[in-house]
Parts: sequence; C-alpha cells; structure tokens
Amino acid sequence: MSLAVRPEGEIRPPAIQIRGVEKRFGDATAVAGIDLEIREGEFFSLLGPSGCGKTTLLRMMAGFETPTSGSVLIAGADMTAVPPYERPVNMMFQSYALFPHMNVADNVAFGLKQDGVAKAEIPKRVAEALDLVQMGEFAKRKPHQMSGGQRQRVALARCLVKRPKVVLLDEPLSALDKKLREKTQFELVNIQEKVGITFVMVTHDQEEAMTMSTRIAVMNAGRILQVGRPHEIYEYPTTRMVADFIGTANFFSGMVEDSQNGQVTFRADGIDAPLVVSGDLAIGAHAAIMVRPEKIIMGREAPAGAANSVSGVVIEIAYLGDVSIYHVRLESGLVVLVTTANLRHSAEPAVTWDDRVHLSWHPGNAVLLP
Amino acid sequence: MRVGGLRRDWGRRLVLAVPYLWLLVFFLAPLLIVGKISFSESRIGIPPYEPLVDWAENGIAMVRATLQNYVLLFEDDLYVDAYIQSLTIAGISTLLCLLIGYPMALGIARAPEKSRGPLLLLVIVPFWTSFLIRVYAWMTILRDEGVLNHALMGLGLIDEPLVILNTDWAVYIGIVYSYLPFMVLPLYATLEKLDTTLLEAAADLGARPIRAFVSVTLPLSVPGIVAGSLLVFVPAVGEYVIPNLLGGGDTQMLGKALWDVFAQTRDWPSAAALAVAMLVALVIPIALFQRIQTRMEEGRER
Repeated sequence: MSLAVRPEGEIRPPAIQIRGVEKRFGDATAVAGIDLEIREGEFFSLLGPSGCGKTTLLRMMAGFETPTSGSVLIAGADMTAVPPYERPVNMMFQSYALFPHMNVADNVAFGLKQDGVAKAEIPKRVAEALDLVQMGEFAKRKPHQMSGGQRQRVALARCLVKRPKVVLLDEPLSALDKKLREKTQFELVNIQEKVGITFVMVTHDQEEAMTMSTRIAVMNAGRILQVGRPHEIYEYPTTRMVADFIGTANFFSGMVEDSQNGQVTFRADGIDAPLVVSGDLAIGAHAAIMVRPEKIIMGREAPAGAANSVSGVVIEIAYLGDVSIYHVRLESGLVVLVTTANLRHSAEPAVTWDDRVHLSWHPGNAVLLP
Repeated sequence: MRVGGLRRDWGRRLVLAVPYLWLLVFFLAPLLIVGKISFSESRIGIPPYEPLVDWAENGIAMVRATLQNYVLLFEDDLYVDAYIQSLTIAGISTLLCLLIGYPMALGIARAPEKSRGPLLLLVIVPFWTSFLIRVYAWMTILRDEGVLNHALMGLGLIDEPLVILNTDWAVYIGIVYSYLPFMVLPLYATLEKLDTTLLEAAADLGARPIRAFVSVTLPLSVPGIVAGSLLVFVPAVGEYVIPNLLGGGDTQMLGKALWDVFAQTRDWPSAAALAVAMLVALVIPIALFQRIQTRMEEGRER
C-alpha cells in the first residue's frame, strides 16, 4: 500500500521539532498544544479534516504564522521568531503561486537570486531542477501557458532548486484531476527519495497520505490524535476518531467482561456471543471493538469457534467491481459492513439479499479501543 | 426559430447602436467640425471662419484648405511654450500623483476587508463637492493671508507668508489634489486583485519585503500604474480651470491658450488647430498604453 519504503530502525536526526506549539486567532484556537518530531528524509503527512489546524501548523513551520506559545525548531535551530525569508525551508503552495510575469526558468531562478548564488551557477542549477521534474523543455513558457500538472512540477522545482532542509507541501495535488493525481503521487515520492530532502505534506485525503508517507500525523480540532506509519494508523488506530477517519470501520461498543494475559473477553451490546480481542483494560470498562470490513469472513454456515461470531441478514449489496460491500443487519439492529474481493467472473454471488449470514473474524484482526 | 433569431438579431443591433450613435453624435461629428475649421481661413464675422468649400455658379466646388493654422502653432513661441509647459506640468503632476497614490492604494488594498470600503469612500468623497468649488477653496488656503500661511506663521515656522498662489506650485497642488482619486482607484483595483500568496511565495524563496515588492508587486501592478497615469496625465494636459484660477501670469498651459485664442482673439481656426494638435499628442500615449495593457493581460491570463 505504501509507496515509501525506508529501512526501519535507522534513527536520523530531527529535521523539524514542534514543542508545545499553540496558535490562537482571537478567541479561536487553531492549534492546541502540539509536540511533534519529524526526522530527516521522512515523507511526513499531516492528515485531517478541513479546519483541523494542519495548514496552520505547516504555515508555522514556513514562518507565515507565529505560534502563540511554544517553539519551532528546524534542523536543531530555534526558528520560532525567524521570518520566512531566512528559514531553510521552502513551501509548495496549494495554488502553486508561480509568478505570472516570469517564465518558468525565472520562477525557478528567483530563490537562487535571493540567496546571492553566483550568476554563472544559476542557469545550471535551474536546468538541473527542471530536468528533475521533467520540465526542461518548458523553461521559456509562462505559467499561463501550462497545464495544472506542469505548473505543479515547476512549483516543486522552484522549492527543490534551493536545496532546503525541508520542503513543505500544502495540499499539493488537490488542484489536479483524479488520474493525474494518482500518477503524480508516485512521481512526488520518487523525486523525494532521489533528493533525500524531508517532505512535510498537508492533506485531507487519507488515501494520498497512506500512499505517499513514511509517517502520518492524524489531526483533529487542533490536536494530533495519532502519529504512525500508514499501516499502524490503519491496522492499530488508538482512538475511535482515527479508526473512523482512516478507511471504513465497524464498531461494537460494550463492556470488558474479563481481562487476562493481554487477552480481553468483551461483551458487546446486543450480541450474545462473547468477543475476544488482544488488549489490556480493566474489567467493567466501557470500550469498543473495531473491525475493518475486509477482515470479516462471511458465510452461510456458523463457524467452528463460538468467539467473534455474529449473525445477521444482508440488507444491501454495493457492487464496486473489484470488491463488493455487504451491509449486514444484526439482531441488535447494528449494521455491519463487510467487503469481499470479487476474485472470479462468476455471475451469481454466493450471498445475496435477505440471506442469513454468519460473520466472524480472527481475534488478532480486531482492535480494542478505549 | 428563424423569426426568433431575426428578432434577437435586431435587439442586439439596437443595443449596440446606442453607444455607436452616441459616439457619432457627440464625439465624431464635433471632431470633424473642429478638424474642418482647423483647415479654414480666419475672418471677421459670423461664423468667424471662411467656408472650406465654395460652390461656384457653374457647380464646381472650390476647396480652400490651408495649413497656415498648423504652421502658426510651430512658429509662435507662445504655443510651443504652452505645449511644453502643459506636458511638463502634467508629467510632473502625474509622477507626484503616482508617488502619493501608490502607497495609498496599497494601504487600502492591504487593509482589513471591512475597512476597505470606508477608506475607498474617503477617496471618492471629494467628488461630491463641485470641482470648481474645491479649486476656489484652495485659493483661500494658499493665499498670502490664507489658512496655510496663517497656520505656518502661527506655529512660528515662517516669518513672512509664502507666495504660493498664482505660481506653478499652486497649479501642481491643485492638479495633484484634484486628480489623485483617478490614480488611486485603478491602482487599488489592480493591487486588490493581486494574489497575496505570491508575496508569501517570494518571502518563502528568500526575498525580503522590499525585494518582494520590487520584483512581484510592482511589475504586477503595471497595468494599474499605466491606467492611473493616463487618467491623470491626459486631462491634466488640457486642464484649464486650475492653471487659470491658481496659476500665475506665466503659467501658460494649452487649455488656457486654447481658450484665449478661441474667446479673446476669436481666431477659431487657430484654436481648432491647437485642439487637433493637442488631441494628436494625446492619442500617442493612449495607443502606447493599450499596447502595454494587452501585453500585460496576455501575461496575466491563467
């Protein structure tokens, strides 16, 4: 699933450290006390719904906003009060913000000129950066003479040419259509791996974050809910909100009946059979069990074991081509989603509307959420 | 379908005809009349010029056109002086308007959205008083015993009143004051549209605020600068009221010269030639402006 593959265990120095950062606009709190460390070479995503504070956090890294309290460190140096033009980071704006009166080469050269790079060296570095994003032939074009995808590449080249410590990307792909977006995801990751610069991306698109990032911070209401690698976030969410926001999730709320040796026996509301899941919670605690739709096995016959088995009636089937989504209503009224891969060309699915089905899952495929 | 299409066609033509008719009656026709008079010979009588075409008895038309009026414009130092002085005064005033108007427009464009409306209103408010009255007000202010001199002497900054009224200074003050809104409004329109993320991008790429202004804001506001400058420069060249009321005897501008020739000397053909020459001199900057504007708009399209 994740494109970004990195050797695990290698600890690299931090590129960005956010320490107790808070940002208020008047009465509204955009970012409420965040601690975060992003390491060199990471492709890090800030993921969350609009208004969750992710863009504000990114803008504080760029220097466009000053934290109300807390500090921002870049490559170990405190940058909290340093203006954007003195920070070793470059931002790719959502609108790309290419200078409309300059051609592609001048846009890319702009940052180098500000840095006082030797005149003779500028054309060489501009050409290098443009070749990296495969825009070498477009050097003389004006921004309005290019497509959205081409402008996006130029904007990236304009960031990379300065060889910053960190590249900040604000919803970099949101202006592109779906097909191009998917293609560009791969390209961005490839370029990032090639140059080895830390990328920090803001996105509201969970698929985009999952595909591209080495690590993701899931944000909501100005706080970070969970930080982890894509599969950790998906398979082992630590809160209901994260589980709900990333992918689709079935929740069974109830109470912990027994807890022994890291194994919890759970009594879900309206379900007779006990549910078993690994975890550690006090007996009597109210909690929920989360199971992903694709982790559920569906069949007409009751499975052998008694645990983690529920039964219900199929009330809805959504055929999506590669997979089908079944809506199964349990006796308690709870509707459980089950996805099955359509592996064969068979015309008749094994299970159809109004069929009585048994649902089960392996204890290791469920997550206990407090 | 066909009938409907025809009707629509007629409606379209009718709507389009109105501005054309307007321009024909109030612009082209008077222009042709002035043009015709400028080639006629002067005479004493009503009208005070010879007809351009004489119809002889045998039906032959005699055209009596003369370039004498135009030649006179170049021979008479009075006209050449007026011409140079008009361009100088208009040019310097335009520059002053730009220097004062640009920060004003930028300030309004960058003000919080809520206060932009009131600030713009303040720029426009003087228009609610007649132009003439405002110029008279300046006379009271700039006079030797006027408000300004009283204030300056009261503050002990000067001992003797400054002579401002009836000098070129007063003309500059009057023109800059009167035409400033024409500079501010188009500049504001351009600056307000300017995408502020471009400035963030410039800062992000290492440009200090002044560099960002010079390399992003300024070049992108050229259409506003050009529009505002023309709106000030063109009417300032032909300005009559301000030099007449605020200027001195040696302030000789085209508008004033034109009026003198037309009303005092009653030499309509010379006045007409002067008017045509002024028009030609102003058509050139406008044509230049339009070329720059189309070029800039091509660069702006997304």
